[in-house]
Amino acid sequence: MNAAELVAALMLAALAIYTCTGGADFGGGVFDLFASGPRREEQRKLIEHALAPVWEANHVWLIFIIVLMFTAFPEAFSQLSISFFVPLTLVLVGIVFRGAAFVLRQYGEPDAGMRRLLSVVFGGASTVTPVALGVILAGIVGGTSAPEASTGGAGGGGFGLFGLLVGAFVLALFSLIAAIYLTVEAESAELKQDFRRRALSAGVLLGVLAFGVTQSASGNTPRFSAALLDSWWSWPLQIFTGGVALAVLAAVATRRDRLARTLVILQASAIVLGFGLGQRPYLIAPNVTISSAAAPEATIRVLLVIASAGALLLIPSLYFLLRVFKTQRR
Amino acid sequence: MDDILVARVQMAMSLGFHIIFASVGIAMPVLMVIAEVWGLVRRDPELIGLAKRWAKGTAVLFAVGAVSGTVLSFELGLLFPGFMRLAGALIGVPFSLEGFAFFTEAIFLGLYLYGWDRLPPRVHVATGVMVAVSGLLSAVFVTFVNAWMNAPEGAVLEGGRIVDVDPLAALKTAYALHEIPHMALASYVGTAGAVAGIHAYALLRDPRSTLHAKALAIALALVIPCALLQPPLGHFAGQQVARYQPMKLAALEQHHETRPRAPLKLGPFEIPGGLSWMAFGDPNAVVTGLDAFPPADHPHPIIRPAFLVMVGLGTIMALHAALAVFLLLRRRAWAASRPFLAFTVLCAPMGYVALEAGWIVTEVGRQPWVVYGLLRTAASVTPVHGLGARLWVFAVIYLILGVTVAVVMARHVRSTLKPGATS
Repeated sequence: MNAAELVAALMLAALAIYTCTGGADFGGGVFDLFASGPRREEQRKLIEHALAPVWEANHVWLIFIIVLMFTAFPEAFSQLSISFFVPLTLVLVGIVFRGAAFVLRQYGEPDAGMRRLLSVVFGGASTVTPVALGVILAGIVGGTSAPEASTGGAGGGGFGLFGLLVGAFVLALFSLIAAIYLTVEAESAELKQDFRRRALSAGVLLGVLAFGVTQSASGNTPRFSAALLDSWWSWPLQIFTGGVALAVLAAVATRRDRLARTLVILQASAIVLGFGLGQRPYLIAPNVTISSAAAPEATIRVLLVIASAGALLLIPSLYFLLRVFKTQRR
Repeated sequence: MDDILVARVQMAMSLGFHIIFASVGIAMPVLMVIAEVWGLVRRDPELIGLAKRWAKGTAVLFAVGAVSGTVLSFELGLLFPGFMRLAGALIGVPFSLEGFAFFTEAIFLGLYLYGWDRLPPRVHVATGVMVAVSGLLSAVFVTFVNAWMNAPEGAVLEGGRIVDVDPLAALKTAYALHEIPHMALASYVGTAGAVAGIHAYALLRDPRSTLHAKALAIALALVIPCALLQPPLGHFAGQQVARYQPMKLAALEQHHETRPRAPLKLGPFEIPGGLSWMAFGDPNAVVTGLDAFPPADHPHPIIRPAFLVMVGLGTIMALHAALAVFLLLRRRAWAASRPFLAFTVLCAPMGYVALEAGWIVTEVGRQPWVVYGLLRTAASVTPVHGLGARLWVFAVIYLILGVTVAVVMARHVRSTLKPGATS
C-alpha cells in the first residue's frame, strides 16, 4: 500500500467512525422527530441528554474526511464539489439547521410553540442529511448516468432511484445505531424497551434496503456491483456482515444491550469496509482514481505525520470524553 | 451579478458570519477559566456562578461557530473548486493541523460545559485551559492559510499546477508573523470588549453589583493588553503589506502616483513623506502607486474606508485601554467611574466592527488574486450554474440564524442584568 492508499484507508476509517458517532447523532434526531407513545417526552429528553456533550466532537470526523480529501486528493475534491454541488449543498443546509436548532432548543429557553418548531427543524434536518449523504455515496460509486466533468451543468450528481435507495439505507443504518445506543443510555426499563423495538424495526428495514440496494446496484453500477459480489473477499465479508446483522437483532431481542452496541459498531464497520473495498481504486467512479488524484508524495507524507501526531492527542481525549459521559453512573 | 461576484459575496458572507462566533469560541474560554480559578482560589461562589453563566452563552455561540465553520470547509470546494484543485494540497497542511486543534477544542468544551458536576474542580479547570489553548491554536493554524494566500513565496505555477513546492510552504509564509498575532488579539479584543461593555452597562444600572464588577475586571484584564498591542502590530502589518503586496497598500491608502516622499493622507490633511516613512521607515523611499498596475486589477476602493474604520476604532479602543490603566494606577475602581463605564459600553461593538473591516481590507485588497500573484479568483470559481439562487438561500439562512441567536443571547443577557440576579 503506498502513501496515497494509506490516506484513502484513513478516510475510510474516519467514515466508519463518523457513521458510529455522527451517524448516531443523526439517528437520534430521527427518533426525536418520530417520538411516539406515552413516553414521547422522556424519549426526547433522553436523546437531548445523550447528544449534548458529544455531538460537536462527533461531527468533526466529517470535517476530518473533507480536509484529508482536499489535501491528499485535491483533484477529487474539486471534482466532487462540482459534480455533487446540489446534494452537498443539501448536506450543508441540513448540518447548519440541525446544529443550530439543537443548541437553540437546549439553551434558548423557548416557549412551547418555538420548542415544537425547533424540534421539527432538528428532526427534519437529521432525516434529510443522511439521505443526501447517501445520494453522494451512490454517485461516487458510479451511480450517476454521466458524471459531469468540469463543464459544471447543474451539479446534481447522484440523484435517482439508486441514489435514494442508498440514501434510505444510510438513514436506516444511522437510526439502527442510534436506537441501540439509546437502549444502553436509557435508565428506565420501559424506555429501554421503546428503543429496542425501534432498533428491531430499523434493523429489519436495513436488511430489506440492503437487498434493494444490491439489486439496484447491479443495474446502475455494474462495476461496483461486480467488485462487491465477485471479488475473493465478497463471500466472507457478506457472510460476516449478514451474520453480525442477525446477531445484532438477536442481542436486542434478548435484551443484551451492551453486546448489541458492540455488534452494531462491528456491523457498521463491515458495511463501510465493503463499500471501500468495492470502490477501490476509485475515488469517484469511473474517472477519478486514488493515483490519478493524488497530491505530491511529499505532501501526503506530511499529512500522515500530522494525522499520526494528532491521533496520539485525540484518541486519549476522545476516550476521556466518552468515559466521563457515556459510562453509566453508579 | 456575475457568477464570480456571487461566489465572492457568498464566501464573504460565510466568513464574516463565522468569524464572530469563532472569536467567541477563542476568547470566552479564557474569561471563563479566569473566573473559575479566581472563584476557586477565593472560594467565591459568585465567581463560579459567573463562569457558569458565561458558559451557557458560550455553548450556543460555539455551536453556531462550529456549524458555520463546517459550511466554510464545504464552500471552499463548492464555490472555488479551481482554487482547491491547485492549492488544496498546500493549504491542507495547516488546515489539517487546524482540524486537530478544533477537534480537541470540541472535545474539551463538551467536558467543560457538561462536566461541572462530574469532574473534580482542578480537572474541570484543566479542561477549560485545554479549550482556550486549542481554540487559540485553531485560530493560528487557520490564519496560516490566509497568510499563505497573501504571501505564497516559493510557489511557482507551471502548466496549470503549483510545482517545486515544499509541502510545509504554507507554514513558512512571511505573513504569518503579523497576520496570526493580529487576528488572535482581534478575537480577544472583540469578544472581551463586548463582554466588558455588557457588564459595564449592567453596572450603570446597578452600581452596587459585585458580580458585574468582577466580570468587568476579568474582561478588561484581557482587553487592555490586547488593545494596546494591536496598533503596533497593525503598523508592522502595514509594513509587510507595503513590502509584499504593493498594490494592496496603494489601494488602502488610495495612493495613486508611484513616487518617493509619498504623503500620508488623513482626511483633508497630508503629511509629506508620511506614507514613505510609515511603510519603509524612510521618508524618501519610493512607494508604488496604483498607476503601476492595470486599472482592471485595482481592488475595489471600499478598502480605503474599511481601513480607516479599522484604524480609527482600533485607536479609540487603545485609548480606552490606556484610560483603564490610568484609572488602575490612580487606584480608581473601574466600576465606580461612570464616565469610564459609559465609554466601555460605547466600545463594546468596536472590536468586532474593526475585525470585519480589517478582513474586508485584506481580502478585497487581495483581489483579483485568490493566491496573490499566482491564481486569479476568476479562474477558480465553480462552473456550476445557479449560484445566484443559492446565494439567496444562504443569505436567508444566515439572516434567520443571526436573528435567532441574537434574540436568544439578548434574553440570556437580560436575565443576567436583572438587579440582584444570581446564578
